[in-house]
Amino acid sequence: MIMASSQQHLGSRSSTLLNILRQFLVIVAIVLPPVTCWAVTPKNVVVMAKSLDDLITLDPAEVFEFSGTEIIANLYDRLFLANPTNPAQPTPGLVESWSISEDGRSYYFLLKKGPTFEDGRLVSATDAVFSIRRAVILNKTPAFILSQLGLAPENIEAKVRAIDARQFLLEVDRDYAPSLVLNVLSSAITSVVDRQVVLANARDGDFGNRWLRSHSAGSGPFRLRRWNVGEYVMLDVNRDYPGVSPNMERFVIRDIREPATQRLMLVRGDVDIVRDVAPDQIRALAGEPGIVTWSAPQARIFYMALNQQNPILGATQVRQAIRYAIDYKNIVRHLLPGRAEIHQAFLPKGFLGALEEAPFVLDLVRARHLLMEAGYQQGFPRVVDVRSDPLALQIALAIQTSFGKVGIGLDIQPGDSKQVLTKYRARRHDLYMGYWGSDYLDPHSNAAAFARNPDNADDAADKTLAWRNGWEIPGLTQRTDEAILIRDSSRRAAAYGELQRSLQIDSPFIILFQEKALIAAREGVIGFEVGLTSDQIRYERVSK
Amino acid sequence: MTSTENSGLPAPNVSPVITGVLFRVKSTLGVLTSVMVTILGLLLVTFVIGRVVPIDPVLAVVGDQASQETYAAARAEMGLAQPLFIQIGRYFSQLGHGDLGISTLTGRPIVDDIVRYFPATLELASLAMLFGVLLGIPAGVISAARRGRLPDHIIRVFSLIGYSMPTFWLGMIGLLVLYAKLGWVAGPGRIDILYDGTVPAVTHLLLVDSLLAGNFAAFSDACAHIALPSVILGYFSMAYIARMTRSFMIDQLSQDYIIAARAKGLSEGRVIWRHALGNAAVPLITVVALSYGSLLEGSVLTETVFAWPGLGLYLTNALLSADMNAVLGVTVVSGFVFLGLNLLSDMIYSQVDPRAK
Repeated sequence: MIMASSQQHLGSRSSTLLNILRQFLVIVAIVLPPVTCWAVTPKNVVVMAKSLDDLITLDPAEVFEFSGTEIIANLYDRLFLANPTNPAQPTPGLVESWSISEDGRSYYFLLKKGPTFEDGRLVSATDAVFSIRRAVILNKTPAFILSQLGLAPENIEAKVRAIDARQFLLEVDRDYAPSLVLNVLSSAITSVVDRQVVLANARDGDFGNRWLRSHSAGSGPFRLRRWNVGEYVMLDVNRDYPGVSPNMERFVIRDIREPATQRLMLVRGDVDIVRDVAPDQIRALAGEPGIVTWSAPQARIFYMALNQQNPILGATQVRQAIRYAIDYKNIVRHLLPGRAEIHQAFLPKGFLGALEEAPFVLDLVRARHLLMEAGYQQGFPRVVDVRSDPLALQIALAIQTSFGKVGIGLDIQPGDSKQVLTKYRARRHDLYMGYWGSDYLDPHSNAAAFARNPDNADDAADKTLAWRNGWEIPGLTQRTDEAILIRDSSRRAAAYGELQRSLQIDSPFIILFQEKALIAAREGVIGFEVGLTSDQIRYERVSK
Repeated sequence: MTSTENSGLPAPNVSPVITGVLFRVKSTLGVLTSVMVTILGLLLVTFVIGRVVPIDPVLAVVGDQASQETYAAARAEMGLAQPLFIQIGRYFSQLGHGDLGISTLTGRPIVDDIVRYFPATLELASLAMLFGVLLGIPAGVISAARRGRLPDHIIRVFSLIGYSMPTFWLGMIGLLVLYAKLGWVAGPGRIDILYDGTVPAVTHLLLVDSLLAGNFAAFSDACAHIALPSVILGYFSMAYIARMTRSFMIDQLSQDYIIAARAKGLSEGRVIWRHALGNAAVPLITVVALSYGSLLEGSVLTETVFAWPGLGLYLTNALLSADMNAVLGVTVVSGFVFLGLNLLSDMIYSQVDPRAK
């Protein structure tokens, strides 16, 4: 009896609770819609969503990551700007005019009069010289871009000198092709920093490196207002900069790492531009009212590499068979629509001398025949290392399927990018699949990696891609080294064309695709420029 | 007979107060030793794992295309060219000075990074825990008391869903419905960028700092941002706590003392909420403490979906970049969090259960 009455008591208590809950939900349903969170970015602030997971530093002498390079390009002016329409002739940036000595080793630059730093001081030759010297002496990751011109910490003071307030001299060690030198001077590492501000913030001989990692001291269209790691980078417009959008006061890059979240934020109006959405999301966004989408070619290629220290993969017929055992067309059509295009040469389209020929198509009969010639009619099993990026894995799976049809058993080993790279650099891989991005808009940037291996020893100083795959190529190395000395642009373009053909005919590299950037923005947002490389992505003309 | 009596010496005149103090000092020293040994062991294991993982930490700093010279310089600068035991010695020496080193991922001192990231996680985890405890315990109690009835079924299914569904997926659905479609909550991030610089960082807890600054608009915006991720994480905790509470309560409700209490004529509410729950509270404290500890380590998936700059996201990025200084720094913090929560739960035990004193 006591139990029964207790349970009745509890039952009435539960029903009371349920009634309270019901009333609460009714109140919530009535009250919440009017307090809807409105999500619209202010008219004078442009907000872009992008994953900033690779952003480590904003010091031009140190930055080498995609996000950092892009932001640097909007904070600093540099001597030249890459010219996608004519890559052999970079556009002058801070430089007004220049001349080259007869021996091709001395470059005289005259700076423009007018550009000013954030504090209003005029940009001078002393600042330009300081910026180059600083980058060489600090010897951070991108320093190799300058050191390939013979600039080293021990000779830099003599090699780069200010002549007066607007003129300076740069001496290189060989009579390089001028297009190479000028393209090197268009890379992020040559961004001109304010010498006075940087030195005022230097500590322990670091040339202001620690300070510049999270501050700016440039003359570009923006100045860094704040970088909240993991949250956003906020840039304020430099009103004195010519050509900046009159409507924009601030440009904010929000660190949103999940593409699906980026998509929702764009639809909701919390951001104006999104950068990391996948092909299927772009298709969905393209159907949304008030959203525009587009794609832009990038100087990033997706390739497969075969370790030549492996006797099977070292056979010429095997290398050729693999080229014919890939279904390029269907991979692009079904896995990478709008995201990539077939490209089979080591120079991306848009580079001087880039080949657009794509001689390889899926031809399983020919692949089988080549394998038979090599003595592997039964095929062979091999491991491919690929970074665990969904797109790269999908491509690997598609290739695994077509390889299976000719008897090549591909064991896909996904790994974190650094893990895969560690194995690749140690030459412990069979096959490797990954991306390669160019450092500057000159063909030597990629040729030096793919077609050059001066020393194939394990302890070689120059660990190029050819070295990583144990590919001994004295002849090609010599041709690559000669190509940087060809001063005539059309002859130079032809030389790189030949180099690419040589690698297409026989090499351990199977270039598969050239990547495209997928972008979506709210209708009315205009002026967002996306170029081939990260440093050609410009914010200053964006308006809405 | 005591040993003193055996020795024939007079018994020392030690007051109970001194005995008590000595006992406390001894137990505190014991706890501190245990904490130090645990933390040292944790660091040692993490350090060694960090050095044997097949990722080259130098690559994370210099990138794929650096010259061999730059690579070697970075390797030397990071101390990786030295023997392992010297690296360990150097690390512990730094740690002794309160220096956790520099993160290769962010280029900042690890201490600064943790001060920036941990409060975001603390804020989110605490609200989620509050939600989990306030709803989970009553739900578990009702479920146990109404075992086999409709409320029990509803609560069990609701808990099962919360416990089984990936928080990542729930977060995406929550964002799609409540943020993108209905607009009832604010979007990802801790606060709208319009409030940038308007809230001075005192505790680095945005809700607290905005209130301290009297900036109610920022407080309201921060609430709108934290609502959804805390509810999603809290739902997971609630589901776990409700299931465990139900289990403990069912066990208690079958005990003799409950029959005795009912036989005495105590109200059912008093029997359940005071006597049964009182006894179930002891194991429940452990469950809540462990659940809170896991939340404080950071939930990487929830933090990714909601762009929440918390410790989980920081740790994952650090791991993927082989940023071992950062990994070790977060390990220290997590270790202290867990030890702190364990100590706290021990103290609460003694309040809840006099036998534990």
